[in-house]
Amino acid sequence: MALQLTNRSKVVSNKEQSLSEKLYLPAIVKGMAITFSHLFKKAPTIKYPDEVRPMAPVYRGQHVLKRDENGAERCTSCGMCAVACPAEAITMESGERKKGEEHLYREEKYATKYEINMLRCIFCGLCEDACPKEAIFLTDRIVDTDYERGDFVYGKDKLVEKVDQRVDVSKRQTPEVLAFKKIPGLKHNELFDGKKLNKGKH
Amino acid sequence: MLTFVIYKSVLCVVIFAISLGVAAYSTWWERKFAAFLQDRKGPSRAGPFGLLQPLADGGKMFFKEEIIPNVSNKFLFILGPSLFLLTSMMTGVVIPWGKDVTIGADTFSLQITDINIGILYVLGVTSIGVYGIMIGGWASNNKYSLLGAIRASSQMISYEIAMCISIIALVITAGGTLSLRQIIDQQDAGWCNLVYQPLGFLIFLICAFAETNRAPFDLSECETELIGGYNTEYSAFKLGAFLFAEYINMFISSALMAGLYFGGYNFPFAHEFYNSLGLQEGSWLISLIGFGVYFFKTCIFISVFMWIRWTLPRFRYDQLMNLGWKVLIPLSLLNLVLTVVVEYFRGNIIL
Repeated sequence: MALQLTNRSKVVSNKEQSLSEKLYLPAIVKGMAITFSHLFKKAPTIKYPDEVRPMAPVYRGQHVLKRDENGAERCTSCGMCAVACPAEAITMESGERKKGEEHLYREEKYATKYEINMLRCIFCGLCEDACPKEAIFLTDRIVDTDYERGDFVYGKDKLVEKVDQRVDVSKRQTPEVLAFKKIPGLKHNELFDGKKLNKGKH
Repeated sequence: MLTFVIYKSVLCVVIFAISLGVAAYSTWWERKFAAFLQDRKGPSRAGPFGLLQPLADGGKMFFKEEIIPNVSNKFLFILGPSLFLLTSMMTGVVIPWGKDVTIGADTFSLQITDINIGILYVLGVTSIGVYGIMIGGWASNNKYSLLGAIRASSQMISYEIAMCISIIALVITAGGTLSLRQIIDQQDAGWCNLVYQPLGFLIFLICAFAETNRAPFDLSECETELIGGYNTEYSAFKLGAFLFAEYINMFISSALMAGLYFGGYNFPFAHEFYNSLGLQEGSWLISLIGFGVYFFKTCIFISVFMWIRWTLPRFRYDQLMNLGWKVLIPLSLLNLVLTVVVEYFRGNIIL
């Protein structure tokens, strides 16, 4: 008797097949009954472009750069999101607001260029946590497919919401998140109260 | 005379169109049925329920590039699929699709031709069909194609024997006629032939799978072993011809099974049903209902072909040969002997 470590090994059996096994027919009938039973089962298919799988209300999909109530861009190009980003998907260049551009940019500094590489992004939502100006949010939109790699680098043309087509991000701003953001003296890129944060978030 | 020619031409065109249409929609139903058996949806984008899928597939086949390998024999390369398609279309002519229609003084048969050796004709033509595969596979000048062709021909030749013997037994119970019309009409009054020939039907069914190269006997075109077998070098419409011919073969063998063993256009209490509708013998409505019944039975058998394809795995080559020569041929001989003995004691055979 060889050394036996587990009871999972099975002894190979070379026994003669019984008559019903040799006939094949019972096994064939059994198999056909199994496939036939599947005729009446409901297919679990979700026909994607026509039907959409139900999403969590706080789904983290394609980003949006928000405008304020007057339609000015909230982003001040502080770079906190780029620092927080674990995938290093965010790059930006900043510029100074000129006179007469107050309706375009909320504060004196703004992002002249803001790019997110959607192939690098892991949709963790840390940019949203890090943002001190509530400018970037993840939304329940799914990033579209494309043919070229370069087309997945989304610039401001795709990221900033249109003035007449505001993107609703209230689902991401759960009461816990809002309460968290109201804590005075908060450094957004530091998790100074990890427990509370984890409780509020998913 | 003129009416005869017109009516025969119309009938030929209609049956040609039906064969092609059924073959096209078999591909759709094959995919749909496979999807149902595997808890999927199947083709659904082209038209409602994907019903336009065969058109899309046909269009694809038509517009693809025709590739003829340089090393192939071009004449034979084209002859192969043509022959295969031709023979598969030819088998349909002896199948009686319904009862005769009487209009005025003329009687119109829903059968292109009622030759008195109907079944023999079908068997003969289908065995010519193997030349299509053989020539196509050989002319490709490719070892996979040749292997596929060799497998196909040996398989079809081996299973033909058992098939023929099982049909002989059927012919004996059917009163010694080879005409398909007479065999079907003979099932009108009593039971269908399945009751007298259950073993014969089983053998015929298995052989029909082998003859049509369908799973689990699709060794000649298995993609996993032979990258498509005799289809390997074919593209565009010549490939389409092979695939189409295969589906037509499936349609014809389904029709044969429905006709030989399941009574064709007859159904239980048919006469009572027709009488209750007040229909006279020879009315076109009777033929239409009969055709519908026959067509329905045929469709059921086509579905059985597909059901088996999506259930059973492919046989190994030696298993296939063992099954054909060591099991089916002795079984069919036994069936023949039993039939003869039983029919002798029933007084149907006089020595």
